[in-house]
Amino acid sequence: MKLLTAIIKPHRLDDVKDALSAFGVTGMTISEASGYGRQRGHSEVYRGAEYSIDLVPKLRIEILLDDGDVDDVAGVIVKSAQTGRIGDGKIWTIPVDSVIRVRTGERGSDAV
Amino acid sequence: MPTINNGDTAWVLVSAALVLLMTPGLAFFYGGMVRVKSVLNMMMMSFAALAVVPVLWVLYGYSMTFGNSVGGVVGNPGDFLGLKGLMSTDAIITVSKDHAIPAMAFVAFQVAFAIIAVALISGAIADRAKFLTWVIFVAVWSTLVYFPVAHWVFAFDGAASEKGGWIANGIKAIDFAGGTAIHINAGAAGLALALVLGKRLGFAKEPMRPHNLTLVMLGAALLWFGWFGFNAGSALGAGTTAAVAWVNTCVATAAAMGGWLLVERYRDGHATSLGAASGVVAGLVAITPSCSSLSPIGSIILGLVAGVICAYAVGLKYKLGYDDSLDVVGVHLFGGLVGTIGVGFLATADAPAAVNGLFYGGGVDQLWRQTVGALAVLVYSFVVSYLIGLILHKTIGFRVDTDTEMAGVDQGEHAESGYDLAGIPGGRGGLAIGGHLSHSTSEVNA
Repeated sequence: MKLLTAIIKPHRLDDVKDALSAFGVTGMTISEASGYGRQRGHSEVYRGAEYSIDLVPKLRIEILLDDGDVDDVAGVIVKSAQTGRIGDGKIWTIPVDSVIRVRTGERGSDAV
Repeated sequence: MPTINNGDTAWVLVSAALVLLMTPGLAFFYGGMVRVKSVLNMMMMSFAALAVVPVLWVLYGYSMTFGNSVGGVVGNPGDFLGLKGLMSTDAIITVSKDHAIPAMAFVAFQVAFAIIAVALISGAIADRAKFLTWVIFVAVWSTLVYFPVAHWVFAFDGAASEKGGWIANGIKAIDFAGGTAIHINAGAAGLALALVLGKRLGFAKEPMRPHNLTLVMLGAALLWFGWFGFNAGSALGAGTTAAVAWVNTCVATAAAMGGWLLVERYRDGHATSLGAASGVVAGLVAITPSCSSLSPIGSIILGLVAGVICAYAVGLKYKLGYDDSLDVVGVHLFGGLVGTIGVGFLATADAPAAVNGLFYGGGVDQLWRQTVGALAVLVYSFVVSYLIGLILHKTIGFRVDTDTEMAGVDQGEHAESGYDLAGIPGGRGGLAIGGHLSHSTSEVNA
């Protein structure tokens, strides 16, 4: 089992969600995040005083997957989240030791 | 013999309510501009003025402002102590040859001015003032600065009392609705308090951007709305003067917003909503003293100049190193000076005040009167406000401690948070683990 984490631009969420759902992904967790990569931040001006805002708003998507699905799902996200402009985000995966469904107590792949 | 006129009285009472609405409007305008951790304290400073000033006004404030003058400097506090005698139908303020309004309508109208004058100052000391000290400052400043200065400017001989203040009757500076008495006064006091309290932690290093610009826009809109009472209401009657003041107020404000936005567009690259809201207030401030003496065209010019000058003046605090947090100096002091001195240039005898300024062939006669009036108020207000602030600061303290300032004055001074949007339920309020609502309430009460 793997945990796939994707950081995307907030306005791409609906497209990504629809694409994942069409692919057959049944659940995900979304959280608001802030950060920067090569894009860095931007500047804002208030009454003539310029502030550089380093952290830009992003969304973090987390999905638990069976090992075999990871590459395909990552591909779906890349395709649906991509704008081609700087700041599109990143995707990474890490191995997961155990998964338990709280409602039934099922463990492992059954719980994914 | 003037008698009470129903139309005039109705307009003044409505205007009084309009002006009263400006102080909550100011609370929104200022509240949106601070960081999220001090929005409540910012709004509470305006509400504190609403709590304190009306009581003082009834007790002795009206009398110090509009009682019979002691040497042109201050009204006799004994004349209308506790508003004595003013409930009588004989107690009237003469508006014109045959029109009058009840003295109580005038009391109501003028109290709203006294409230907002001191509330304006709070913008200079955002994020860092002790609330109790502010409340005391409100009372002391109103007594020692506002009531006397309003007497100088607003108390005309024979209106509320036989003898009035020295600027209105001796210098004869034109300040129709309070460019000197309210805005230069509050601006100079704001500068004084900003110097006494010192800079916020991280001033000019950390971003201190407004936490809610929609509140700022709402506040600016409420101020603009209420300001029609402030300016057109100052005619004290429903007639030509009020109508001219209304139109001038509207068009100067429009031009000032345009002026501020033009500066931003060409200096900073973008026209901002904060710039629009600030331009509105700068224009309203500038047209306040001048709305009875300018033509509508003159008002456009004045508004444009005020918008441009104030848009640059708000940058001074970074150059000179004082933390006038929400630009009381840049907007109210500079806007007040532009409007008050602008009368000396742009006044036209066609307007209700019937005086020509320099540009209309009146020479420098009115210009020097305006300048003397403006400078007198500026210097008196700055010096006395500085002393009041300093004494409070050295005795009971005017500034919260560093930890409180970092955590936010809302928590430290009021034990509240402005917003609880989608918060995680545990660990908040009385529902924290190991606590219950009733338990935590009793703790607060104990």
